[in-house]
Amino acid sequence: MTRFSRRALLKAGAAFAGVSAIGSPAIVRAQAARIKIGHLVPLTGFLGAIGSYAQLGVKMAAEEINASGGIMGKQIDLMSEDSVNPATASTKAQRMIEQDGAVLLFGEISSASSLTIMQVAERNKKVFFSTGARSDALRGKDCNRYSFHCDIPNTVMVNAVGTALKQKGMVKGKKFVTLTADYIFGHDLLKAAKAFFSANDATLIGDELIATDVTDFSPYLLKVRQAKPDVVCCNLAGNQVTNLVKQYAEFGFPYPLVGFNLNTGDAWAMGEGNLSGTWPTVWYHTLDNPASKTFVEAFSKKYGKPPENHAWIEYITLKMIAQAITETKSTESDALIGYFEKQTQFDIMKSRKAYFRSWDHQLVQEAYPFTVKPKAEMKDKWDMLVLGEAVPAAGADLETIYPMKTQNPCNMKA
Amino acid sequence: MQFGFLLEQVVNGLVLGGYYLLIALGLSLIFSVGGIVNLAHGAFYALGAYISVEITKYLGFGSAVVLSPAAVALLGILFERFILRRFYDADPILSLLVTFALAMVTEQAIRIIWGAPPISAAIPQALRGSVFIGDFLFSRYRLLILAVVAAVLLGVWLLLHKTSFGRVVRAGIQRPDMVAALGIRLQPYMTAIVMLGVGMAALGGAFFAPITIVHPAMGAEIITVAFVVVVIGGLGSFWGVVIAALLVGVVRGITIHFAPAAGEASIYVLMFLVLMVRPRGLLGERIEKFE
Repeated sequence: MTRFSRRALLKAGAAFAGVSAIGSPAIVRAQAARIKIGHLVPLTGFLGAIGSYAQLGVKMAAEEINASGGIMGKQIDLMSEDSVNPATASTKAQRMIEQDGAVLLFGEISSASSLTIMQVAERNKKVFFSTGARSDALRGKDCNRYSFHCDIPNTVMVNAVGTALKQKGMVKGKKFVTLTADYIFGHDLLKAAKAFFSANDATLIGDELIATDVTDFSPYLLKVRQAKPDVVCCNLAGNQVTNLVKQYAEFGFPYPLVGFNLNTGDAWAMGEGNLSGTWPTVWYHTLDNPASKTFVEAFSKKYGKPPENHAWIEYITLKMIAQAITETKSTESDALIGYFEKQTQFDIMKSRKAYFRSWDHQLVQEAYPFTVKPKAEMKDKWDMLVLGEAVPAAGADLETIYPMKTQNPCNMKA
Repeated sequence: MQFGFLLEQVVNGLVLGGYYLLIALGLSLIFSVGGIVNLAHGAFYALGAYISVEITKYLGFGSAVVLSPAAVALLGILFERFILRRFYDADPILSLLVTFALAMVTEQAIRIIWGAPPISAAIPQALRGSVFIGDFLFSRYRLLILAVVAAVLLGVWLLLHKTSFGRVVRAGIQRPDMVAALGIRLQPYMTAIVMLGVGMAALGGAFFAPITIVHPAMGAEIITVAFVVVVIGGLGSFWGVVIAALLVGVVRGITIHFAPAAGEASIYVLMFLVLMVRPRGLLGERIEKFE
């Protein structure tokens, strides 16, 4: 290798300086008239695709709130950044609170990153709304007073799909093989799935733990065939669900593929005729209620495509936060926690209202199993799911599908 | 029975290795001839996938896997003529920086054109499903990929070893000064090598779009494995890259069979072991200009 010339070093230095100037976030000087809110979501990596929908949703909510005069006359300063990985998420969360003056934080999809942000929130005594993380442990043994959980937890997803599978006779006496994401979310989901299998006379004959950077599943699929299961169950997340479903369709196995986790964005990326089976979801843009229809229409007009479930959840979360600040006339953590712990009801574009359960801070809401629409019935390429009956069934208490106090080891320190 | 399963993994690993080969072979050629570590190679793979998905919508899958690599190869001319050509004799750090920058610019350009969310692509109905040979199972689509890789490989080998073009390229890898002394300009050859290299990467992208997620960062994901293959195989050796690619595929498959969680780590361990024993890679030649 030739020696660096001074000029070359200078150029390289300038290039890096240029990159870091563009890459680093602008630090906005403190202004009393604005409310700063920190938002973190993965925009790269295996959850980056659905994270990009989340960012669209949150931007739209902030613009709407600001256009209608802000919160108590103050405009929202939304700082939205790529959370990258658990370590970076934690560093950025700390920086947003400490240096940028964020009054609260929200966002995240990865359960691993969400856990590190929860710790930052607790240490700094700032509220954090974890919008897209589904691991039971976050609202269970790892719960804390400053963290709230908007998405449905793993147990609810297992219950939603499990109920639908039971009705189809696909559980009792059947042999399952699971493919599980090898991080906190997957481990947690597998635990919930195992509990469901053993409670319903199903056997788990094989489980493959899969690193989150795997994109080729063919060796795992060969192992699935060797196990000869009755049903194959996907406990993966993000891009990996898309990849698995595409490659499962490629091999064309006779065993039905179902899954306890799927986001609409991943389903949209799968390609025609690849997805089948029964899966859970938390919201879909075809839900028939007035609030949902208004939102879908405005979003589609703005972005040229319907909202994905992460766009929805960021949108409603920022709206709930705005409502809480307006009604308590405060951005203080204690006032906000008090407001949500009263189990205030919110319209979250579903037929039943939702509320944060006071003792574990879980947003209690309906969930839906879905199957895949035949191509002939699809109105457009986004219209690919047929929602099943909401769970729990109409009339039943919403909390019946969530872990009860006796099952959930959440102990918040006051 | 256990042995049969293992054999199935080995064969599947060979197919996967063939796919790595499409990307790694071009990377190795561009480095060997031009001395440039092309960090933008993955970007051409991604472009190949996106363009092929677009063409499939209008002209069908068959045309897409031909036209998309051809289009990307044409882009390769511009890439060589206006960017790479300035860096053959420059400090290697500069070509690293410029190709890295191009990789980022391309990824963001894809985001602007096609959006950040992944786009959907599917295998044509006729190519779905598995083929059984005895108790052996193959994905029909991957068999097709294997055949395409074999054909491309044969073509590249013939080009490098049985044509006057190939003789100049091989001489250029070892002694560019001698080639110049004989009055041969290497630059047109370099243009052709870059076209071939990025075209093969795009072919890989076009064939893998239906079975893997098509998203802006897909290029960054494939480049690491491609580098591992190039490093294991050694520079300047056609067969080195071929053997390395197949080895990486097979080692990954076997590891997943016995210890699934170690599957992705296995290829890096393999690289480590190979470099311990053979610092220039399996069949790497001693190349004067890189020593």
